[in-house]
Amino acid sequence: MAVITYRQALNETLRSELLRDPNVFLMGEEIGIFEGSYKITAGLLAEFGPERVRDTPISEEGFVGAAIGAAMLGLRPVVEIMTINFSIVAMDQIVNHAAKIHTMFGGQSTVPMVIRTPGGGGQQLAATHSQNLEVWYAHVPGLKVVMPSTPADAKGLLAASIRDNDPVMFIEHLALYNTKGEVPDGDYVLEIGQAAVSKAGTDITIVSYSRMAAVALDVARRLEEDEGISAEVIDLRSLRPLDRATILQSVRKTGKAVVLEEDWLSYGVGAEIAATIQEGAFDYLDAPVRRVAAAEIPLPYAKPLELAALPDATALVKVIHETLDATRFRG
Amino acid sequence: MPPAQQKSTARAPAKAEVKSGKVGKTNSAFPGEPADRLRDYYRQMQLIRRFEERTAEMYQRAKIGGYCHLNLGEEATVVGTMAAMAPHDYLFTTYREHGYAIARGIEPRRVMAELFGRTTGVSHGWGGSMHLYDVEKRLLGGYAIVGGQIPPATGAALAIAYKGPGGPDSEAVVCQLGDATTNIGAWHESLNLAAIWKLPIVFLIVNNHLGMGTTVERASGEPDLYKRGCAFRMPGVRVDGNDVVASRDAMSEALRLAREERQPSIVEATSWRLRGHSVVDPASYRTKEEVQRLHDLDALSAYRKKLLAAGVFDADQMAAIDAAVETEVNACIEFADESPHPSPDQLFAHAYATPVANAPHELPGDPLHVL
Repeated sequence: MAVITYRQALNETLRSELLRDPNVFLMGEEIGIFEGSYKITAGLLAEFGPERVRDTPISEEGFVGAAIGAAMLGLRPVVEIMTINFSIVAMDQIVNHAAKIHTMFGGQSTVPMVIRTPGGGGQQLAATHSQNLEVWYAHVPGLKVVMPSTPADAKGLLAASIRDNDPVMFIEHLALYNTKGEVPDGDYVLEIGQAAVSKAGTDITIVSYSRMAAVALDVARRLEEDEGISAEVIDLRSLRPLDRATILQSVRKTGKAVVLEEDWLSYGVGAEIAATIQEGAFDYLDAPVRRVAAAEIPLPYAKPLELAALPDATALVKVIHETLDATRFRG
Repeated sequence: MPPAQQKSTARAPAKAEVKSGKVGKTNSAFPGEPADRLRDYYRQMQLIRRFEERTAEMYQRAKIGGYCHLNLGEEATVVGTMAAMAPHDYLFTTYREHGYAIARGIEPRRVMAELFGRTTGVSHGWGGSMHLYDVEKRLLGGYAIVGGQIPPATGAALAIAYKGPGGPDSEAVVCQLGDATTNIGAWHESLNLAAIWKLPIVFLIVNNHLGMGTTVERASGEPDLYKRGCAFRMPGVRVDGNDVVASRDAMSEALRLAREERQPSIVEATSWRLRGHSVVDPASYRTKEEVQRLHDLDALSAYRKKLLAAGVFDADQMAAIDAAVETEVNACIEFADESPHPSPDQLFAHAYATPVANAPHELPGDPLHVL
């Protein structure tokens, strides 16, 4: 096990997949000579050449669609979209084509492609460059949507996504790139569609994913240490398919649940989790399921406004306390 | 009568070369063309004509659902351009693609079965009229989002280029699209990608002069659509799509460029849609005079007359072909009608290509299966 950053985990996995399978190639804006806006593809052009690390013009719809066609002929393109905000201009290709082709043509062809793209706010990039649009893609049958929160999951899920025969939205987070963690050596492939219990606990369940899963884990550890609250943390890792069983198992044990998500509240991931819990664990619930999500406003630039709009540890702790108090947990 | 071919060269976009068509007299009407080939083109055109007319009838009888767009009037373009393709080439089309599927060599009865939504259909009943697909015949889809097929077609050409250099035996891609599609962003982005990456692809614009009810002139700043590649230094040619042999030859040359020189190009085939945009469109935006003119322009009638005049076949031989086509189309309908409907228990059969943990398979009203 080496301790490396999330960025390094992505870079090393791309490299090992390029080495493993000659049909794997990368394409995206500035991924070659510039080595990627966030340097995820650093060194790869020099090692693999311009056919396999292909710089594209600013044409998201064009090159995402081109990846689809290349995948239909048996290649395994890994597309980088500079940020998830730009994926909106490729939405037709992702939703109307990548997600449909296998099913709509009666299973005759597969579309083994990955779209890597970072989302998330908190970098003072203002309204158009700070969005969490994962739920748009998670809503669409035919796609698989994964969102790793640790360097190890980044490695294991990226390898799984590249080897998968379906289109996978692999959504990263700008604020995770520099985070560090232990990563298994050698070939390490996780199963898509499975959540992780990143901390076991008995008093309350915190459901989260991506950067917020890291925040949730940190909060749970502090609550245990400082207040003796035993919180169980579930890191969804995959939004489509959603591992409902792991969520329900946990809530049936703890009887209480809070969702921490960076997307907007209404119609967000937490809405789906809350619905799942009330359908599958209604009789076990001791308190309403609460959601801690982003304020429903285009994210502002000024730091105090940005901070006010984004969910954080303080908000999570407050809602955990309120949920526990509702059950007279703390006397 | 428009000239048989007009060209826009890549480097000199402003001056389109114009080549006049050479239309000879009777016995030299088809120089160098074997009679059996000409008769086969006729058979295919007649097959598509009758297939589409009967399709309209089946639609009226509610055997076919959804949207349904016909190739009536475009038979010469369809048969000519498809005749130029090799079996190993790939085809991406619009949603007006029944004729292309048939001309590509797919059994017509499997096309009809798809329109009927049956398991024996080319897309196993999942796609319908607008989404015909046959991986064996390399028809990689009819696409119903206007322009949606263009980026994937470009990517298919990228995959060919990725696998090796060009040459006479190289695979190539034909991306068919309608005239109105040349105004969507995906078209421009794809042309640019094909140009900078030198991809083996031909963009075949079928210009039937109308996007639904909007004329090319009302919709396009440059209505000479074969010139639309100029911004990407991509050559283009306009061909009379009512001329089956000229259509084939224009496509052959474009495919040669794609295969051997890895030069993407545009072929614009002008034709006339005989009926409305779809089966349910009465085309009330057309005047009586225009309808009469379309009738006079009909490519199939013209080709039939030309073959008779040239002695390629006589009236009896023609009637025999027509009768055989009639029998075949009847058999298509019978086959489709007798084929099984897909079973609802197959609803999730093609949800994912790679099985995945926790894949949903609830039907409306089902409890979550993890309960």
